[in-house]
Amino acid sequence: MSTMQDYKSSLSDTTSRKFETFSYLPAMSDDQIRQQIKFIVSKGWNPGIEHTEPQNATQNYWYMWKLPMFGETDVDAILAECAACHKAHPNNHVRLLGFDNYKQSAGASMVIYRGKAV
Amino acid sequence: MAKTYKSGVKEYRETYWMPNYTPKDTDLLACFKITPQAGVPREEVAAAVAAESSTGTWTTVWTDLLTDLDYYKGRAYAIEDVPGDDTCFYAFVAYPIDLFEEGSVVNVLTSLVGNVFGFKALRALRLEDIRFPVAYVMTCNGPPQGIQVERDIMNKYGRPLLGCTIKPKLGLSAKNYGRACYEGLRGGLDFTKDDENVNSQPFMRWRHRFDFVMEAILKAEAETGERKGHYLNVTAPTSDEMMRRAEYAKEIGAPIIMHDYLTGGLSANTQLAQWCRDNGMLLHIHRAMHAVLDRNPHHGIHFRVLTKVLRLSGGDHLHSGTVVGKLEGDRDATLGWIDIMRDKYVKEDRSRGIFFDQDWGAMPGVLPVASGGIHVWHMPALVNIFGDDSVLQFGGGTLGHPWGNAAGAAANRVAVEACVEARNSGRELEKEGKDILTKAAKSSPELAAAMETWKEIKFEFDTVDKLDVKHK
Repeated sequence: MSTMQDYKSSLSDTTSRKFETFSYLPAMSDDQIRQQIKFIVSKGWNPGIEHTEPQNATQNYWYMWKLPMFGETDVDAILAECAACHKAHPNNHVRLLGFDNYKQSAGASMVIYRGKAV
Repeated sequence: MAKTYKSGVKEYRETYWMPNYTPKDTDLLACFKITPQAGVPREEVAAAVAAESSTGTWTTVWTDLLTDLDYYKGRAYAIEDVPGDDTCFYAFVAYPIDLFEEGSVVNVLTSLVGNVFGFKALRALRLEDIRFPVAYVMTCNGPPQGIQVERDIMNKYGRPLLGCTIKPKLGLSAKNYGRACYEGLRGGLDFTKDDENVNSQPFMRWRHRFDFVMEAILKAEAETGERKGHYLNVTAPTSDEMMRRAEYAKEIGAPIIMHDYLTGGLSANTQLAQWCRDNGMLLHIHRAMHAVLDRNPHHGIHFRVLTKVLRLSGGDHLHSGTVVGKLEGDRDATLGWIDIMRDKYVKEDRSRGIFFDQDWGAMPGVLPVASGGIHVWHMPALVNIFGDDSVLQFGGGTLGHPWGNAAGAAANRVAVEACVEARNSGRELEKEGKDILTKAAKSSPELAAAMETWKEIKFEFDTVDKLDVKHK
């Protein structure tokens, strides 16, 4: 059995802040992002992109990057929008959502580009 | 022409056996599994059950003639063999909707599982399923918030929620208890939970518990930047006291409270659920005592009925069994009652033990809670069986981690996220589970330690209450 480790997390260490689904996994590679986009498309959900300063990540309303891409099923086009949002806001969290209009809920929501912890 | 009065005892089937009756959309339908006493004909027993659970008594009475008994009576309209069991049979009974007070599952159960269960002509009786007409469903308040609202309140999307029941169940002081909650929440859980028998004992009065746990929630939220909750158990000796505890939980800003709907009682539960709706609180429901009612395959009330009853009475979470953990639960039957909790419309499906179509109208859904003897190795199967709309709850599987429960929580959080990520990428969880977890553990020493700790634990006993299937 491996030796006991301290659980590193504190109020003073801003890297302790998480941002919900997939934030306990390593940051996603482009290929992993592509897989998640394919999943959202396969579910028939509408992809959407939002971003925020990391210190405001707990708020419900992040900044929308344009409108949700209603009916968009082209994975490359969606990926390009994600990258464009990240390029415009390199220090912000960028999250990808899949809006399920039947359930009126996000079927998927994940930060795909991680902002700079402050 | 008016009927004449003849005193004496008639056979039940003369009045209550109606094989040509076509049930109305507004009828409440029930399926009973009947084990009759030797020598009593099936039709007579089925009719007796219909009679004793509706208008009938053992003898004709003159006051029968003051009403339209043919309208108000329950009607036994069909009989079927039970596959694989010749000692019993299914009887289907239709009840007119006006036999039941609106919005009262209390009243429905008092009729359907009242005196009739002690009836001497029966050796055993089990209520297998109820079809609640949508007209009746819409008179009930139902879940206070429902799944979609809970996701929005808690900000959890695209994955199952994670919980942990605090152990030991009894004996911790309020401050030590709050510590255990804090560690679990800062490690990545969404919820921690009072165990069912934590109410307000001398070693930890409810108000102290609520105060310390709330501090744990607030600090874990500040530390992780995520929303957290703890199911504060408000189950109490009286419903007045229950409401006092609920009000206090709201006052200190807790997002969710908890109730035991069977031991606490359905009137109290319905009252609490309506209060939660009015006050924006989530309601977690525990099911202590259910196995007394639902485990015997020949007698009692099937859990799918208790599930429907809870959805009508109101609750946002309900324990469903895990299929894979330490507690009883047949896989197909469990999938059946999970659908009953969550879906808008559930089709008849005998392979899952569902006897009727059930339309839930606009009633919100309930999140199934998988809890009891589960650990990280079960995660791939749990995500596959339960999907995203569920709460996966690891008690020992969080607190028993060799490095403590912050690490235990982180292990479970990494495991659930790895499984969801893999599932979304098209991988088969139950086949590739080991690979998925092993890879995730490379970047999570907490998960690696958990996998090492629990690799040998399995719970392989046969299920006692199985679905009825043909002799092999």
